[in-house]
Amino acid sequence: MSTSNSTSTVASARDLLSDGGRRARLRRLRHFKDLLTRFLVSGAGYGVVISLALIFVFLFAEVMPLLRNASIESPTSYTVPGSDAPTRFIAMERYREAAVRFADDGTVSFFDPTDGRHLQQQVIDFEGGGVVSFASAEPRTGIAAYGLDNGRLALVRHEYDLSYPDDVRLVTPKLTFPVGDPVITIDEEGQPLNVIAVQRGDRGIGIVAYTADGRLLLTRFTSRRSLMTGETEFVPSQYELPAPPAAPTRILIDITMRNLLIGDAQGFLHIYDITDPEQAVLRDSRRVIQGDLASVTTLEYLLGTVSVIVGGSDGSVAQYFLVRDEDNIGRITRIREFQQHPGAITTIFPEYSRKGFAVGDAAGQVGVHYGTSASTLLQKQVSDNPIENIAVAPRNNGLMWTDGTGQIHYAEMWNRHPESSWKALWNKVWYEGRSQRDYVWQSSSATDEFEPKFSLVPLSVGTLKAAFYAMLFAMPLAIFGAIYTAYFMSPKMRGFVKPTIEVMEALPTVILGFLAGLWMAPFVENHLPAVFSILVLMPLFMLTTAWLWSNLPQAFRSTIPPGWEAAILIPVVLFTGWLCVTMSPLIEVWFFDGSMRQWFTDVGITYDQRNALVVGVAMGFAVIPTIFSIAEDAVFNVPKHLTQGSLALGATPWQTVIGVVLLTASPGIFSAVMIGFGRAVGETMIVLMATGNSPVVNFNIFEGMRTLSANIAVEMPEAAVGSTHYRLLFLAALVLFGFTFILNTIAEVVRQRLRAKYSSL
Amino acid sequence: MRKWFKSGDPWIWLIGGAVSVSVVMVVGLLLLIGARGLGHFWQPPIVEATHTVDGEERVILGTIRSAETVTAQAVREAGIEVPEGQELVTRYLFHLGNRDVTGRDFEWFVSDLLSEFRYPENAIMLERQEWGNFFGYLVAVKEDGEVVAEGEAAFEELNQRLKRSTALVEETVRMERYDIGRINFLIEQERLAERRAELDDSLSDDERARMTAQSMAEVARLNEEYQELHAELLELRARARRDSLVALTADGEERTISLSQVVRATRANTMSVGDKMVEYGSRLWGFMSGYPREANTEGGIFPAIFGTVMMVIIMSIVVTPFGVLAAIYLREYAKQGPVTKIVRISVNNLAGVPSIVFGVFGLGFFVYFLGGNIDQLFYPEALPAPTFGSPGLIWASLTLALLTLPVVIVSTEEGLTRIPKAMREGSLALGATKAETLWKVIVPVSTPAMMTGLILAVARAAGEVAPLMLVGVVKLAPNLPVDGQFPFIHLERRIMHLGFHIYDVGFQSPNAEAARPLVYATALVLVGLILVLNLTAIAIRNRLREKYKSESD
Repeated sequence: MSTSNSTSTVASARDLLSDGGRRARLRRLRHFKDLLTRFLVSGAGYGVVISLALIFVFLFAEVMPLLRNASIESPTSYTVPGSDAPTRFIAMERYREAAVRFADDGTVSFFDPTDGRHLQQQVIDFEGGGVVSFASAEPRTGIAAYGLDNGRLALVRHEYDLSYPDDVRLVTPKLTFPVGDPVITIDEEGQPLNVIAVQRGDRGIGIVAYTADGRLLLTRFTSRRSLMTGETEFVPSQYELPAPPAAPTRILIDITMRNLLIGDAQGFLHIYDITDPEQAVLRDSRRVIQGDLASVTTLEYLLGTVSVIVGGSDGSVAQYFLVRDEDNIGRITRIREFQQHPGAITTIFPEYSRKGFAVGDAAGQVGVHYGTSASTLLQKQVSDNPIENIAVAPRNNGLMWTDGTGQIHYAEMWNRHPESSWKALWNKVWYEGRSQRDYVWQSSSATDEFEPKFSLVPLSVGTLKAAFYAMLFAMPLAIFGAIYTAYFMSPKMRGFVKPTIEVMEALPTVILGFLAGLWMAPFVENHLPAVFSILVLMPLFMLTTAWLWSNLPQAFRSTIPPGWEAAILIPVVLFTGWLCVTMSPLIEVWFFDGSMRQWFTDVGITYDQRNALVVGVAMGFAVIPTIFSIAEDAVFNVPKHLTQGSLALGATPWQTVIGVVLLTASPGIFSAVMIGFGRAVGETMIVLMATGNSPVVNFNIFEGMRTLSANIAVEMPEAAVGSTHYRLLFLAALVLFGFTFILNTIAEVVRQRLRAKYSSL
Repeated sequence: MRKWFKSGDPWIWLIGGAVSVSVVMVVGLLLLIGARGLGHFWQPPIVEATHTVDGEERVILGTIRSAETVTAQAVREAGIEVPEGQELVTRYLFHLGNRDVTGRDFEWFVSDLLSEFRYPENAIMLERQEWGNFFGYLVAVKEDGEVVAEGEAAFEELNQRLKRSTALVEETVRMERYDIGRINFLIEQERLAERRAELDDSLSDDERARMTAQSMAEVARLNEEYQELHAELLELRARARRDSLVALTADGEERTISLSQVVRATRANTMSVGDKMVEYGSRLWGFMSGYPREANTEGGIFPAIFGTVMMVIIMSIVVTPFGVLAAIYLREYAKQGPVTKIVRISVNNLAGVPSIVFGVFGLGFFVYFLGGNIDQLFYPEALPAPTFGSPGLIWASLTLALLTLPVVIVSTEEGLTRIPKAMREGSLALGATKAETLWKVIVPVSTPAMMTGLILAVARAAGEVAPLMLVGVVKLAPNLPVDGQFPFIHLERRIMHLGFHIYDVGFQSPNAEAARPLVYATALVLVGLILVLNLTAIAIRNRLREKYKSESD
């Protein structure tokens, strides 16, 4: 009966099966689905690996250009446009669509720098004078002057008009005369102007000339808006300055019209204070080029006319600026030197928007250097003849030079990140206007002439400082707490305590940061004695409680089983906290004349409201759960037979903890500390909100700091894409990424080994 | 004593103390946020007191924000006279409001110089659209400048009329936000369409001219519509301004305040506990559902909640499938060997990488690289204004998806490891393919683990702020990322975010003292959200562990 029944079931089941074709289709479909799943799943798997690699590769790729030196590419040469007279000066326009050449005979020709195509030409009418000297102001002003042999001077400016007919950029070069007349009289006595200098500042145009008979003349054109016509007019005023000790080879005047620099043939540099031209005085003289026959061959201000680059006949290139000494007198100070050139320096051209410059020498080499980072980015033999003139494009993307062969040479240049060098990032650097070398991070400012200061030292020190104080606070609490929770605490209480502390790991750090900055920082400032008394009294009161407890009658003690010590201590903790806060004002009255904060200032300790103490506690709070959780696991998983063996041999529980548990679990605790430290190093919001974010280099607990991560958060949105600043922030991110990754890997490997050890015990 | 020390017991107590301190700190922190956050909505009594300095009396009226005990020395340094010999001083921080009258709405008063506190019944507190709160005594209610109620009846009348004006004000805000916002959006779309036609080389000149003309006509029509709406809006505003109230300040100055400026009015000292509870609920609701006012220091946080939720949802949509599949690959498909191990460790480590690093990566890669290219390809008409090439919702979500990927992977893997081998092998033995085993057996069983991972990821994402500051959040978003305009979800828009709101209002706002309770309340919302999510995840995980423990027995 049963047999036949089952047979019929099989038969009917077979009837239900679809025919062979459909089954094959189904099989194919299933196979296809299987493949599809495999494909999808593997895709996601590889996707994770790829995105991991992508983060690293992308960060790295953004940082790489920082390491590149300058380079020039595809040089072209063409015959000088305009007259055959020697070239006095060349310069380029912003978009490199036009360049200008000032020839010795007064011909000013505009041409396309990339191919030498002639655009326009103008000949200055010297009204009968002959050219004896030439000078140019800061390149961004476009002002140049010819000194004539009749005591007169031609002042011109090359300008470029931009227009967009049909949405295409059109650059129209033109020559203008800044003070109205092209030729102006400088020396009433009509002596030739052998050496001249010109500069434009906020207060007008200044011209200095050294005449053939040894007089030094200053002419200032002050701009004034005419009330009648509304046009700007220039009012000249002339002064005679004290004569220099020796015939100058080069004169410079700065944009504030306060300082006059003279370089002479004996290798000396002299500085005159011309704030009041009537009483101009020689402030300082200094030999800047050593050697008997050495002289200052060129002298040029860097952008902002604070630093001067001195080029010597011996091929030396060095940077100088005025540093105030104890008597508050500005002294010419040698700041740094650059790589030596093989021949005498013939020409220097400062960059338009940074503190870099290009030089040419008599041996036919061109060099590109950068002031702040003291780096020589490029030094290249480009000609067999001495380089006569050199020019950098305003956007630092082109280089042009002449070498006296009747040709102009032009090359594309890549020089994007000269500001960063290993030395500039990690060593002390002497910045303009400072009295000594220093570590400074200051990435931006309102003025155009600003020198960015990119020292990573303050940020790294700040990061370590914050992490150090956080660990100082968190480590004892978390590790001791973990040992107690894992080894002594009653299971029931552990079931409550562990999740409570662990859930704090998920607490957004922005909340901790806000509480630290807005609640805790003022609280600590007003209750400083409380902070210190808690530190002392808390352990003291705990021990007292423990001692009192141990002296209570056994009958009472046994009502609370061991493992609840922590619970008994909670009221003690609360009481101590309350007592210290309440007593705090009284302590201030008794010992600190009513204000501990004031007392700190009197003793000479700087105190910021948002300081490392506050950060340490807040960030310590953030890392306690991390350390606690991992360390607790490590201690809890110490094999029971080890501890039981120890106890059986007569060791006290405390001896067992020290001798057995801690020893076995120490790798786990170590990895917990590593991971906690990694978290503290990268934490952003707490530091951002609980410190003043001032990049200081010290470990004072009462001062703030600026960390790498907070710095990224503050400056990244403002950094121009692709700039050195932007890439340095990427570098900071890469450093954080690499550092935490390595730290975590070590911790993870240690932990896995520990796990293997436990399972083998 | 010595013996006692030798026994090691004191040290056990001491390390036990470490746990007590930690627990006290954790619980204390939560209580602090809870108390301050919830306390913000409770109406405190309005206190009147006389402040006497050098015989000069000044009546102050306001609510007490906080009280503290400081040393007399500190107070004297601040230039306030305190009787000689006194060492400690209690001082109160009064919220005096009336910023438009006095210029500062918070002031400390030393208790020694204050008279007894009085609680006048006719003292009112007005929450205003601008200038913060107003404290004073209600005198009369006016309609078009004519007094309609005075004295005791005035407050009742005020409440009636306030309902009307509030409704009108809400209507104007609605019109500005939605109707006029829609027109502005459409006009911008037309401008872009016109520009697109200009850039499109495939169009003939005729077509281009036709399209331009069409756009122009549309813009003209929209402008007309705008004019109508604008007129309507002006009229609504005028109607809302009909009523006003007259009140005396504590100094005795008479102020007339238009009801359209008033958000709510309370007579705190006559309110019963019940009244206060009702008021509490209404304020709480207003906070959760309202838009911010006064540079975010007042009003509600609805856009921040909405932005956070939107971001987290989009992040979940991205991270869940990716993370779950990756975990399945690592556990079920990949050959277990050193490479898999390295990948696993790397994924684990990714969780420890500082979040700001993800922000930097997101900004450089997603925003500037991906977004910039998307703009070049698909939105050339809007250039140089970026569409996707600037921080926005989508990039914030993607960055956070990357950030939380390890959380999902680790949690899912843990779930997969716990599935008994027998289940897998049983399924395969019955002839199921690997895919079928996966979808029909493994995935359903490990769903709770995936859920746990997702919830933990959401909790982590909701609390992250540092990376978002670079890739998508903004202080004040004019529009929500979801609205009635096509394509309805605007992934390129910047969003407001609870965490960033805390940072911004707490640290960047001009009136920090006034904003503080609001920051606590926002923090409470965020902490609440994250704690609930985490506890849910823990609960699911525990249940899961129990389940497999019993099954494997």
